[in-house]
Amino acid sequence: MNGMSPIVQTVARFVKVFILLFGVYLTFTGHLTPGGGFAGGVVIGCLYILLTLAHGKSLSLTYFSSGAAHGLDSLGALMFLLVACLGLGLGGIFFANFLQKAYPGAEFSLLSAGTIPISNIAIGIKVASSLFLVFVVMAVARIIEKKDGGTDYKQDEEEE
Amino acid sequence: MGIELILIIILVFILLGAVIAVEIRDLLSAVISLGVVGFGLSIAFVFLQAPDLAIVQIAVEVVLLILLIRATIRREVRSTHAHINWPSLFLVVILCLGLVGFAYIALEELEFGAPAASKVEESPTNHYLRQGLTETGAANIVTSVILDYRAYDTLGEATVLFTAIIGALAILRGVARKKKGDK
Amino acid sequence: MIFPLCFALFVVGLYCVLTKRNVIKIIIGLSIMEYAVNLFLVLLGYKKQVPLSQVQAPIIEKVTNLDDFFMKAVDPLPQALVLTSIVIGLGVTALAIAICIRLYQRYGTFDIDQMRRLKG
Repeated sequence: MNGMSPIVQTVARFVKVFILLFGVYLTFTGHLTPGGGFAGGVVIGCLYILLTLAHGKSLSLTYFSSGAAHGLDSLGALMFLLVACLGLGLGGIFFANFLQKAYPGAEFSLLSAGTIPISNIAIGIKVASSLFLVFVVMAVARIIEKKDGGTDYKQDEEEE
Repeated sequence: MGIELILIIILVFILLGAVIAVEIRDLLSAVISLGVVGFGLSIAFVFLQAPDLAIVQIAVEVVLLILLIRATIRREVRSTHAHINWPSLFLVVILCLGLVGFAYIALEELEFGAPAASKVEESPTNHYLRQGLTETGAANIVTSVILDYRAYDTLGEATVLFTAIIGALAILRGVARKKKGDK
Repeated sequence: MIFPLCFALFVVGLYCVLTKRNVIKIIIGLSIMEYAVNLFLVLLGYKKQVPLSQVQAPIIEKVTNLDDFFMKAVDPLPQALVLTSIVIGLGVTALAIAICIRLYQRYGTFDIDQMRRLKG
């Protein structure tokens, strides 16, 4: 899949750092301001869609290969489950907020709410990787013209 | 002007976009009208004091628009309306008008702006609003509800998202393998 | 008047799913139904007795007066449920679009009547 014109590529190259910063900000301060894991994850997923559309599929896959995306997806889900099981082990009930009971931080600070920032980060990683995988798989098809005038649907060679 | 007038204006705008998205023949225009519905919904969420939902709705709407445009662009399709099945269309329109009339009568009892949870003293809502900051330490009460009080629902949602994405990948990967096997 | 309008949005989506023959139109109808349900859930949590300049989102800041916060803040429970529902709707619609692409590749058309005739 080809990229787009040089204007789009230059603007995307300039703007991608700010979008990444905004997504990370939404995820990290999800317990203090509106945002949270879902909003930050979807914004970072949109960032990778922007890069794939602007530069073409081959260049964006050098930033973040699909094998790494599969790994990060599973890592996010497993981290969330790990926090839940640690709550069962150390707190007595499933998903107990064990860090808040042991070390309550100051209110309105970044490290204040126990296991909630950790869960936010896990969900943000998971949602961003899922959206990136869905877009990469859907965006690789091209329509080619057959010799008798009909159209066919051809998919690029997938790397395994 | 009260909140009801603002919400009615936004809802009429959304309804207009939805009717256009349903009836128009060109597929790309229908997808763009669906984008109008989603963005109008995000504005309604801002007026209803739900900033978390407004951010997530806009971002999800953009991703959905990209996926839908990817599926419909460069295909020679217009909706075929050559044979309209008049009896079944008539029945469906009667059913829809009946449902709207039923809603108008039955939802009179439901008063906008007086949630039932605020009338009962021991409801979970009052507990979350009063004790949320001291029990969980999070200043955003919605985050403390989805990640501490009701974290099971978030685990279920992560599982559903995981399964849906794996399903989409499995369906679309089979295309590439089949082509490689045929050649 | 607000709740029946929201239900009318749901009925528009239902009409689209029942009568249209194009698969992409059916997906658009499903999306409209899901937006209507999410809007209905969030509308249930709004408190109207509070004057418009004082109603708050359920987020505590340093300047909030904690004594009457729970009187002025809107209901956080429907917002938490709808947040989950929006993201699930994204996953299900992505799966439906993947099925659509596969159907076009298999049958060459988006029309469900013609798909029924070209069996096999």
